[in-house]
Amino acid sequence: MAYVAIADQDEPLHDPQSFIEKYIWSQDHKVIAIQYGITAIGVGLVALVLSGLMRLQLGFPDQFSFIDPSSYYQFITMHGMIMVIYLLTALFLGGFGNYLIPLMLGTRDMVFPYMNMLSFWAYFLSVIILLASFFVPAGPTGAGWTLYPPQAILPGTPGVDWGIILMLASLAVFIVAFTMGGLNYITTALQARCRGMTLMRMPLSVWGIISATVLGLLAFPALLVSAIMMLLDKLIGTSFFMPALINLGETLEYNGGSPVLFQHLFWFFGHPEVYIVALPAFGIVSDLLSTHARKNIFGYRMMVWAIVAIGGLSFVVWAHHMYVSGMHPYFGFFFATTTLIIAVPTAIKVYNWVLTLWRGNIRLTTPMLFAIGFIFTFINGGLTGLFLGNVTVDLPLSDTYFVVAHFHMVMGVSPILVLFGAIYHWYPKMTGRLMDETLGKWHFWITFVGAYSVYYPMHYLGFLGLPRRYYAMGGAEFMPESAQSLNAGISVAALTLGVAQLIFLYNAIVSLKKGKPAGHNPWEATTLEWQTPDTPPHHGNWGDKLPVVHRWAYDYSVPGVEQDYIPQNVPRGENEQSGQT
Amino acid sequence: MVFAIALIILIIGSVAFHFLSPWYLTPLASNWDTIDYTIDITFWVTGIVFVAINGFLAWCVYKYRYKEGRKADYEPENKKLEVWLTAITAVGVAAMLAPGLFVWGQFVQVPEDAWEMEVVGQQWHWTYRFPGADGQLGAASPEFMSEDNPFGINPDDPAGQDDKLIYDPVVHIPSGKPMHALLRAKDVLHNFTVPQFRVKMDLVPGLVTYVWLTPTVNGTYDILCEELCGVGHYTMRGRITVEDQADFDVWLAQQPTFADTQAELPGDPIAGQASYAVCAACHGFQGEGNVAMNGPKLTGQSAWYLERQLKAYKRGHRGTHAQDTYGQQMAPMVATLIDEQSINNVVAYIRSLPDEPPQHTVQGDVANGAELAEGCVVCHGDAGEGRHYTNAPRYAGMSDWYLVRQLKNFQSGVRGTHPEDKYGEQMGFMSKQLYGDDAINDVVAYINTL
Repeated sequence: MAYVAIADQDEPLHDPQSFIEKYIWSQDHKVIAIQYGITAIGVGLVALVLSGLMRLQLGFPDQFSFIDPSSYYQFITMHGMIMVIYLLTALFLGGFGNYLIPLMLGTRDMVFPYMNMLSFWAYFLSVIILLASFFVPAGPTGAGWTLYPPQAILPGTPGVDWGIILMLASLAVFIVAFTMGGLNYITTALQARCRGMTLMRMPLSVWGIISATVLGLLAFPALLVSAIMMLLDKLIGTSFFMPALINLGETLEYNGGSPVLFQHLFWFFGHPEVYIVALPAFGIVSDLLSTHARKNIFGYRMMVWAIVAIGGLSFVVWAHHMYVSGMHPYFGFFFATTTLIIAVPTAIKVYNWVLTLWRGNIRLTTPMLFAIGFIFTFINGGLTGLFLGNVTVDLPLSDTYFVVAHFHMVMGVSPILVLFGAIYHWYPKMTGRLMDETLGKWHFWITFVGAYSVYYPMHYLGFLGLPRRYYAMGGAEFMPESAQSLNAGISVAALTLGVAQLIFLYNAIVSLKKGKPAGHNPWEATTLEWQTPDTPPHHGNWGDKLPVVHRWAYDYSVPGVEQDYIPQNVPRGENEQSGQT
Repeated sequence: MVFAIALIILIIGSVAFHFLSPWYLTPLASNWDTIDYTIDITFWVTGIVFVAINGFLAWCVYKYRYKEGRKADYEPENKKLEVWLTAITAVGVAAMLAPGLFVWGQFVQVPEDAWEMEVVGQQWHWTYRFPGADGQLGAASPEFMSEDNPFGINPDDPAGQDDKLIYDPVVHIPSGKPMHALLRAKDVLHNFTVPQFRVKMDLVPGLVTYVWLTPTVNGTYDILCEELCGVGHYTMRGRITVEDQADFDVWLAQQPTFADTQAELPGDPIAGQASYAVCAACHGFQGEGNVAMNGPKLTGQSAWYLERQLKAYKRGHRGTHAQDTYGQQMAPMVATLIDEQSINNVVAYIRSLPDEPPQHTVQGDVANGAELAEGCVVCHGDAGEGRHYTNAPRYAGMSDWYLVRQLKNFQSGVRGTHPEDKYGEQMGFMSKQLYGDDAINDVVAYINTL
């Protein structure tokens, strides 16, 4: 049994009194989680507006004088970077990681609360630096979120004076923030679990979050060094990524560097990053499905090992983003093979989610709708990954709208559906009130159907050969007029989808005061966070006594027991016929 | 119930969309049918999985919907089922991966009998080079690049002297023979893509990358850049014509070799003066321009641009649009210049005339124009002085009324829509950044201040 003395400290680690200590410079993981969450959603809204502007241009070219090519490229760059790093990574790990790890594992807080506070404020600073680039001369960088040199630091690309520097600086600060938070999550999960909480009793949410954190701690350094190296290339004229070249007719001093080296570093970070976003989503959705289907997660151990296997494999597939980058073509054999192998553990996870529903007793609550919606979009996005991962099939599809559709479906729509589900699910714990179910269902249907009708048809524009990152398609013989009509239709769906998110914001704000009181365990869930003495939990989470765990996290509908769930801190009863420990 | 039906509708809708929508792979024009087969196999495997799992999901959502008093099964694990599912998945994955790797094996092996050419990318144009009779491309490097040697060919390498240079985004290749395209970038990353050929590859400064294919269907196809290369990325288009070897040979014979371009005699202004007499009627004796005759100012314009436009008129790439009244007037005038040398001569004469600032005729909001001009200077230079590298002419100190007319022509497609005029097409894209006549007047009024 993993039992560690640190978990049994009964006295709170510190005792904040003033408003500032409680809510601004707070060291309470729950407050920090909400600070992370609000900041991430706030900056995510900026990225959402940017995507709306992009869709206006793509759907209705030559109509809007305020979207010129420079600003279009700035929009796509900022949209991508914000969504991937500053929204998804921050919200899953900084937000839900912070909130759930101590509550689900029965601890009073993170083991390093002060560092946790620093983590949030460093993240906040990185967001400020990033957004500041909208207000500097020539605006943010328009190099695309992949920031490929030489283009990213040369005239001819928007925001080459200030924008790119602020972008790289912001990333560096973000990585510092993430490292402080990440070390905390791992240490807390490994060292501070309450009595009885063995690793193999942890809810899958925690497994997903800490695996993603390990990936992040290993992957972000690659981004950090490439950001620093590019800054040096830009500011003092080193040539890490810069070969001898001409820039708009002028011969520059650079010599001997390699643009492909940057791509290797970027994707060595960038591919694990996909799973930094996906693994927490995998974990959380498993818990949502199990709770609302009133059935144990199917194949728990397999699910844990699948998370670990996917996390491990995610470090040996990066160059599948580079099949047509000019790297040695023989790499294609290796990376196509590893990439398709990763499909196996991923498929197992999908099977197990569906098999969790099988013979369940499914309550179609709002969180459950989002969770099932996730399964559908994730299957779609996962399967199109088999096209792009298979090196040969990637040749015609690379750099087309197929890629855009694929990654939005698999790491945009799918994790965001989980995030929404998670917010509807844990909102009652965070606030003591339920969000409105009717509004929640409207929100789900518009989001789910809207997102699918944006991205599913988009794959076919990619088959047709429409290149991504084109400000305007113009005339090309292989593009029928109807392709532009489809683009316009996609834009209408996307804008509707974007506006519909106001329903969610309205619901989240109004329910704070007007939502139905939730009680301490509205979903009748087994995991520890629902067993706190107070809702919302007070500072220190557990009152006088830390909980003791007696069972795994999924004792739903246990035979021989009347109630259809048994919380993890309930000792084994005599009539229980559960085989799980 | 509603959810299950919604899922079924989405499944059926997705499959129906796949079979019924008009948007799918463009007709193949190369040997890479194996890529299309691999896509077909992938579609079958993934399509079956898509329908099966989502169908099962829909059924579960319907069948096991909440009922008061019903208890879910308690089944933490089912080893046998999990092993089976893993095994079947592995088989499906292998069924896609094996053909994928097999075809990739063909892609990385260039056939022995492939002929070589070179595609050179730069912001935001395509150019091409073919080996001469020696079958060898000369060495090239950025250090040799200049206005006179845009390919950067080493002048001391004998293999480079007979290389055929195509300094234009429009190129021809012979059909039915495997082509080994070497890819080179001068400045940033680009990507050589022809959708009908299926294969593509990045151009990387500092490296020579390659792609090979056998064009199989005669025709003309678009070349697209598919790696973000700066603000003009979406305008980096070219054209490739696949034709029979005999036609190709005729075309290639007309193209200059590197030695030709280096040996080209400078134009003779004295000889050009005689030809200029025809031009003077509209453009003025000093090349100063004449708004009443619709002849723009010529002096001060760079030689390469004047030559390119005269050739474009001569070849019918300009001045042939039905609504281009003034351009149509120009076409017969150019006919008086019988060959390339006479074009060079008349340009040399124009270059020898004094560059006097023209009268300003256009009024507008200069401050707004300065802002709008931010989109122009990337190619045309900060002071509108023109830049050979980006193939962008000078506009500062030129006839302002003519700039207004040409901007409108580009916008309306009167200019820049001839299929061989890729530079014009690019300006067509850019001109659309000026919304309305006021914007055009503003930007030209700003140009007048330069």
